[in-house]
Amino acid sequence: MHGLINRAVQAFVINTYGEKRWNDIMDASGLGFTEFEAMLVYPEDQSARMLSATEASLERPLAEILEDVGTFLVSNPQLEALRRLLRFGGVNYVEFLHSLDDLPDRTRLAVSDLRLPGLELIEQAPGQFELLCQPGVPGYAQVMMGVLRAMADDYGALVILEQTESQDGVEVISITLVETEFAEGRAFDLGAHSL
Amino acid sequence: MMSFDDLAGLANKICPMHVIIGPDGTIYSHGPTLNKLRGAQEWTGQPFFDIFDLQRPRWVKTVGDLMETAGSKLHFQLRQEPHTRMKGVLVPLPDGQGAFVNLSFGISVLDAVRDFNLTSQDFSPTDLTIEMLYLVEAKSAAMEASRQLNLRLQGAKIAAEEQAFTDTLTGLKNRRAMDHVLNRLINGGRDFALMHIDLDFFKQVNDRLGHAAGDAVLQQVAAIMVDCTRKADTVARVGGDEFVVIIEGLMDPNRLNDLAYRLIARLEEPIQFGAEECRISASAGTVLSTSMAEPDAAQLLHQADVALYAAKRAGRAQHMFYTPQMEAEALAPDSKSA
Repeated sequence: MHGLINRAVQAFVINTYGEKRWNDIMDASGLGFTEFEAMLVYPEDQSARMLSATEASLERPLAEILEDVGTFLVSNPQLEALRRLLRFGGVNYVEFLHSLDDLPDRTRLAVSDLRLPGLELIEQAPGQFELLCQPGVPGYAQVMMGVLRAMADDYGALVILEQTESQDGVEVISITLVETEFAEGRAFDLGAHSL
Repeated sequence: MMSFDDLAGLANKICPMHVIIGPDGTIYSHGPTLNKLRGAQEWTGQPFFDIFDLQRPRWVKTVGDLMETAGSKLHFQLRQEPHTRMKGVLVPLPDGQGAFVNLSFGISVLDAVRDFNLTSQDFSPTDLTIEMLYLVEAKSAAMEASRQLNLRLQGAKIAAEEQAFTDTLTGLKNRRAMDHVLNRLINGGRDFALMHIDLDFFKQVNDRLGHAAGDAVLQQVAAIMVDCTRKADTVARVGGDEFVVIIEGLMDPNRLNDLAYRLIARLEEPIQFGAEECRISASAGTVLSTSMAEPDAAQLLHQADVALYAAKRAGRAQHMFYTPQMEAEALAPDSKSA
């Protein structure tokens, strides 16, 4: 799996549970190193061993941990760049949801060897959506759940998210938009970022 | 026929940075994004050239000239702070009613977005500016991650070089490696001879023919030393022109003496560097690990060094074994005449 994905888990664990916990996890996974490099690609089984060691160490279901990783990616101030990139998707939450169709392509523009599985948004009724997550990266839908939840807070929208049964490996997240302007949300200036 | 107001209304939607000017060159109306640029200043009714300084093409001096530029690229700069640069294109309106000018920020868009606090609503939905801003940020973030990786790799490379056991010029072992071998032999209770070799007249080669010649000589010297010793022996370059040979299991002084003189003889053969001939020699001092009850690496190196300088004092191109009497001689004022 791409180093950026492994590193996201690493950053989440270190930020939430501390450096020592992460070192213990990496010892337990027996990979012979403690740090993932963001710009290198790692074999699938190394990521799998790291994830199962994380699950054992934190004593929580992996799905739950991955959802927290998704939330962490958007809401942690150290990762402001990623939140900004997602906010470029649209001026409100609905526009953002529609921009998810382009997310894998947008990601590839930024980091050419980071291939994310396809996403497809289906608008079933006003305020009612389904997001189809194609297979390819295990836990992708769980991380997306966390991202969707945190981005709703970011835009100030009130949403209900639910992961429904997967069909043929395609995982489905159902999104109910209760209110678009529920809260203030966080500011987004196009040019606020100093380069 | 479309009125000016109809045209302005339509243009506000698809090119929010347009300016419509009348036949006399005054601004009739402009798109909504330009409101953020003008601030408190009123542009409508003002001469176009009072607001925009046309920088290229330079031949354009009058409103009449401006109309002649139809379709070609124009470079403007705002006359008011912060003097933002813009690109533009002009199309004359029919029947001499004036002109339609569409503007864009070009490459200065990054500054403009910040200076004027622009949002995505300030750009037409078909405008690629937002995608460009996205790309700039995405690439900057990815570049930063790569830069961090490069810094870490650079640090790791330096650390690896510091831990390296090889002298990069000659391919021989370095001082670190020699210390390592020496300690391994001593700890393992093995017998060995330690020969310290220093080149004679090497400095003259360096001074006369330069460092490139010096380096070539050192490489040739290394090849000769490897050639004259056994595979299991350790040959290390421990200083500029200083070498240490560790010969395991050979304690016969006669054979060691033969080896030293064979080595010196080989080193005295002229070494070709381009058209030039380099002539050097060498002196050597040897100590046996069996001469000490409990061999000590630092002590052995010191004794080999003392024997080497005794050999130098004896007139160069000599080889000597360490004897305790040499210590007193080494303290004499004319010692260390390398």
